[in-house]
Amino acid sequence: MTEAEEHWDLEIKPTGSLFDLKLKDVWHYRDLLLLLVRRDFVSFYKQTVLGPIWFFVQPIITILVYNLIFSNLAGIKTDSIPGPVFYLAGTIIWNYFAECLTKTSTVFKDNSAMLGKVYFPRLIMPLSIVLSNLVRFGVQFILFILLIGYYLIAGYPIAPNAYLLLFPLLIIIIAALGLGFGMIISAVTTKYRDLSFVVSFGVPLLMYTTTVIYPLSEVIKKYSSYSWLIKYNPLTAIIEAFRYGFLGKGSFSWDLLLYSTIFTIVVLLTGIVVFNKVEKTFVDTV
Amino acid sequence: MGKAIKVENLSKAYQLGDFGTGTISRDLERYWARLRGKEDPFLKIGETNDRTAQGTSDVVWSLKDINFEIEQGDAVGIIGRNGAGKSTLLKILSRVTSPTTGSVKIKGRIASLLEVGTGFHPELTGRENIFLNGAILGMRKAEIKRKFDEIVAFAGVERYIDTPVKRYSSGMYVRLAFAVAAHLESEILIVDEVLAVGDAEFQKKCLGKMGDISKGEGRTVLFVSHNMDAVATLTSKSIYLSNGQLKLYDTTPATIRNYLTSAVRAQGIYTSPPRSDRPNITSVEVKVSEINGTHLNGEDLCINIDVNMPSIVEGMALSLQILNENDIPVIYTYVFDVEQPILRKTGINSMQCIIPNCKLYANTYYLIVHLAETKGRTKFEQIERICEFEVSMPNKIIEWGWQKNVCVYTENFLWKKLSDSNI
Repeated sequence: MTEAEEHWDLEIKPTGSLFDLKLKDVWHYRDLLLLLVRRDFVSFYKQTVLGPIWFFVQPIITILVYNLIFSNLAGIKTDSIPGPVFYLAGTIIWNYFAECLTKTSTVFKDNSAMLGKVYFPRLIMPLSIVLSNLVRFGVQFILFILLIGYYLIAGYPIAPNAYLLLFPLLIIIIAALGLGFGMIISAVTTKYRDLSFVVSFGVPLLMYTTTVIYPLSEVIKKYSSYSWLIKYNPLTAIIEAFRYGFLGKGSFSWDLLLYSTIFTIVVLLTGIVVFNKVEKTFVDTV
Repeated sequence: MGKAIKVENLSKAYQLGDFGTGTISRDLERYWARLRGKEDPFLKIGETNDRTAQGTSDVVWSLKDINFEIEQGDAVGIIGRNGAGKSTLLKILSRVTSPTTGSVKIKGRIASLLEVGTGFHPELTGRENIFLNGAILGMRKAEIKRKFDEIVAFAGVERYIDTPVKRYSSGMYVRLAFAVAAHLESEILIVDEVLAVGDAEFQKKCLGKMGDISKGEGRTVLFVSHNMDAVATLTSKSIYLSNGQLKLYDTTPATIRNYLTSAVRAQGIYTSPPRSDRPNITSVEVKVSEINGTHLNGEDLCINIDVNMPSIVEGMALSLQILNENDIPVIYTYVFDVEQPILRKTGINSMQCIIPNCKLYANTYYLIVHLAETKGRTKFEQIERICEFEVSMPNKIIEWGWQKNVCVYTENFLWKKLSDSNI
């Protein structure tokens, strides 16, 4: 009789609900989330002389090389925006996505020792990756703002406008897209490692199918019959909207942005389902 | 008092072998069966998890139909041989992995210590790691802050607290890690054999702390260990697991007694099907002196070995080693065909090795058996870690001279007075 009335705080069963994210649990572990972000950030520059300055070095060198090769040598147009600021806009967005994707895709494998010994909501790990890369993105974004300021004062034709209010939405979409793809890949790679090879060489190549080093307008002009390939890359709309808001040039389209948003929601939901399915037993197979 | 943990029909299946080509088709087959509402075709043929006997299927039940309840405030030990399912049970209870069938109901916060120092980052300082590790174990930041001084004092690393832990000695590292875990506030604490680390003094400190937790603070403790002394001091009740099944759940002294006397029989025999391509050992059995499965020091020890010969091979050699629980070989015996004709007929050849008045010291022992051919120097088989058996010496007065690990083999000896008179 009393059995039925007894209250249990927790019940461990073979399978849980597919969409149950256990957000309450995640909220309880929010300190862990922040500490993991801090760990990633601090351990990145421990025992270096330049410290956090390293966060600037990588994008600066990248845009200088891009400017030299793609703009000067190959002569790819940049929508009449100065090369460095054009490339920086694309690079920081792309890097954020790529980092979220590649890091999340190996999250189970990289942390299997820890995840095999202690329980905490598994979602914390990919979330911490998205957040710590957001910090990195933030630092690089400061560099971007400084560069815009310089070109504005120097009188170059860039025109920040009201569309930059879309910025927070764009960031959420990129993070969700990276997280969603990453969760799908991480879930599959716990058993089949093949996909991790695809990611390691595929992600750098994928950059060329989105408008990081060239504007969408150039593709439409030169390869109009293939331009849909680039257009329907969900990241294209985001990068173009980002450039349009901050620099005033680019091919902004509400339709494409809506397409990217829906695409992201589908990927994220799929990611959640797959991740939830795997997270309970991956320690047995990873 | 109410119940803290209730385990119902808990089972967990593991797949043996490697994942690779073929895994996908098997997975699809399983998925298809589940879609049609049928039973998983690869789980049906599961068998008990006896690692010494060769099985026929790829799936083993690491745990099978476990049922038990634990009252609030109880300290319960979990004992069993290696591979009995102890760690799997702890992993399920601490939610690291989930069961194949059955359920566990838990009342109160649960904290598990399957390992110390989980998530320690070598580049971060002791202080940063205390916070990180505490958070991984489920503590809030404010809680860690409140206990920070206590943790540092318990670990005894005040001077190094702002140094990266990669510069710590391994002892300091472990002390700090245990200190964090020992200060967890939870109603239920699950501890695996983490005490096997650190020096003797620190081990004593850990045991003391665990005793405080279960007795003083009235929290429920689950403790897994091979160290029977520790289980006996820390727990009042114990669960004995054998091959994934719950064998006994009783008071700790009763369970330990049952474990020590019966565990041997379960694993005393090695068997393997005969092969057609090369000679192989089909059966190994240690014939101990007592019916309850232990061997008395000083009695004859017999080892029966069956070897299958698909064809005649000249110059066969059979040898065996007896190793103690620390993996140290104690006895080596052999028989060579060139010295004494053996294994000269096709089919099963039965051999027996007798060690007269075997005076192994009280301990747990196991065998390694080698089968080879001396002419072409081919090794056919080396069977590791089989036929565990226990030697006891109740006829000896075990006082302080006769402690564990004093020696591995006793010899006949005679002490006498050489002179009785005062010169």
